[in-house]
Amino acid sequence: MTVAPTLAVASLRLDLGHTPILRGVDIDVMPGEVHGLVGESGAGKTMVGKAVLGIAPAGARIRSGSMTFLREDLIAMPERRRRDLLGRQIALIPQDPMTGLNPVLRIDRQMTDPLRLHLGLDRPAAAAKALDLLHQVRIREPERVLRQYPHELSGGMRQRVLIAMAFSCRPQLIVADEPTTALDVTVQRQILRLIKELQETAGTAILFITHDLGVVSKICDRVSVIHSGRILESAGVADLFDFPQHDYTRALMRATPRYDRPGDLLQPVPADLTARLIAEAEALDA
Amino acid sequence: MADRRGALVSAASDARVLFGAAVLLALIVAAAAAPLLAPHDPLEQDLLASFLPPAFQAGADPVFPLGTDSLGRDLLSRLIYGARVALTVALVAASLAALLGTALGLIAGYFGGWVDAVISRLVDVWMAFPPVLLSIVLVAIIGAGLHSVIIAIVIIDWTRFCRVVRAEVLVQREQDYVASAVTIGLGRWRILWHEILPNLLPLLLVLITLEMGIAIIVEAILSFVGLSVSSDQATWGGLIQEGRLYIHQAWWIMVLPMACIIVSVLGLNALGDGLRRTLDPVMRR
Ligand SMILES: Nc1ncnc2c1ncn2[C@@H]1O[C@H](COP(=O)(O)OP(=O)(O)O)[C@@H](O)[C@H]1O
Ligand SMILES: [Mg+2]
Repeated sequence: MTVAPTLAVASLRLDLGHTPILRGVDIDVMPGEVHGLVGESGAGKTMVGKAVLGIAPAGARIRSGSMTFLREDLIAMPERRRRDLLGRQIALIPQDPMTGLNPVLRIDRQMTDPLRLHLGLDRPAAAAKALDLLHQVRIREPERVLRQYPHELSGGMRQRVLIAMAFSCRPQLIVADEPTTALDVTVQRQILRLIKELQETAGTAILFITHDLGVVSKICDRVSVIHSGRILESAGVADLFDFPQHDYTRALMRATPRYDRPGDLLQPVPADLTARLIAEAEALDA
Repeated sequence: MADRRGALVSAASDARVLFGAAVLLALIVAAAAAPLLAPHDPLEQDLLASFLPPAFQAGADPVFPLGTDSLGRDLLSRLIYGARVALTVALVAASLAALLGTALGLIAGYFGGWVDAVISRLVDVWMAFPPVLLSIVLVAIIGAGLHSVIIAIVIIDWTRFCRVVRAEVLVQREQDYVASAVTIGLGRWRILWHEILPNLLPLLLVLITLEMGIAIIVEAILSFVGLSVSSDQATWGGLIQEGRLYIHQAWWIMVLPMACIIVSVLGLNALGDGLRRTLDPVMRR
């Protein structure tokens, strides 16, 4: 393969204090690809995203492995370089649109700050660009929204603002951490469509974190399945659904409602499978 | 700023906030317009008119509505000018203590590590001293006077701001909006100053109000022990000290300034508590 991955995570092991959280994570996100990271709550999905962005909580320590962004080492990267990349080349769409925006600052301030910082726009140009971005994410009355505070917007509107911000500097990579989980189902569908559309237009690579295989099937090109901080299986999205290799992937599918077969009974992931996976994962800690 | 405006509207409908705001307004008016409001020069003595009772008592002289002191000075005028000293000390000392304490609290809370350890230990040690004793000793060392009183209050009470601000920064910095700010590529000082500090403003407003009440008491105590402004200038604490000597002859000289202090402090506390209750839900949501 000649094309370098936009993001390459290899054998990443990360402890929080003395607790292993990630136990060998391998993910390659190729340019223009939406790469799903799917797993149950507590699997370590958010921690992967935070490690990539360099915002892991205090006490987190990378034990081994590597992370590169366009061949550039993310782990040894100096703080200044990281600050320059974040927001410009690498962006985040956070999980919770309620808390991802600063409650006491107007939307225009929050949208124009990164534009001025990274694109060097002056105030009027940044304001014009912010307005344009809000149009792109199809927010009604964008002039008004710019003057508002986050609590005056609905959850879906806030998520649109955060999406607009994430795409605003045309980043190469976006980490989207459960961007639709906090939203209700109809809004969720619109937001997914919006992300996909912007992503295709801009050719952005996305690491798309979710616990929902249904969401994966709608937006992802490739998927990695994670459990207890381990990647169990990685495949193209069609292959994964047609020929799941790992027991856990199959169990996860049986636990996910399917739009094409709404009558199917859902089965939770069997406890003995979970116990086996945890035992396997802990065997790696020695 | 609709939610804060909304919060201020609901704050204004709170009886305690209304009472507190009225007291603060009265203090401000008295202090600002003292020369206009005071019927007499507060220093003008009239030995023939000494110990006159307030107007509602027998033997009063309507020229002195709240009576006179031992030297025949008009008590109302002295109380009004006393408000000037009290409010000046309260505003300046509370603002400066807020400035110092907030700066250190922000740094300690946000940067953590050894910086936090040093500042937090300093606060612990500082708070181990009894505050009133400390202020008396301090003013005795740096000399009496209005600026000494203010310095003493700031040196003692910055810790109140530092502790609360540090704790609140610890809460705020874990919020997602801070992580968002980091992932936008904003620098640490910028995040602290432009993102976190605005979230602390309602809290600071409450703390400053409460601190003003404390400053009024400290100033009165220092005046009482003669360590505040020069003794011929009218202060509430000075009046209490003077009135104490004549309590059996002329109760009003001591009781009226005490009433001024009590009402002011109650008012400022009510205002602070009321603001805290109404602003908190906005902050924590
Ligand atoms: N700040 C934290 N302090 C302690 N444990 C944490 C913290 N963040 C995450 N963890 C632990 O790390 C593991 C992975 O968490 P996370 O990455 O949030 O999972 P996911 O996003 O897949 O639900 C969980 O077991 C969780 O308990
Ligand atoms: Mg998560």
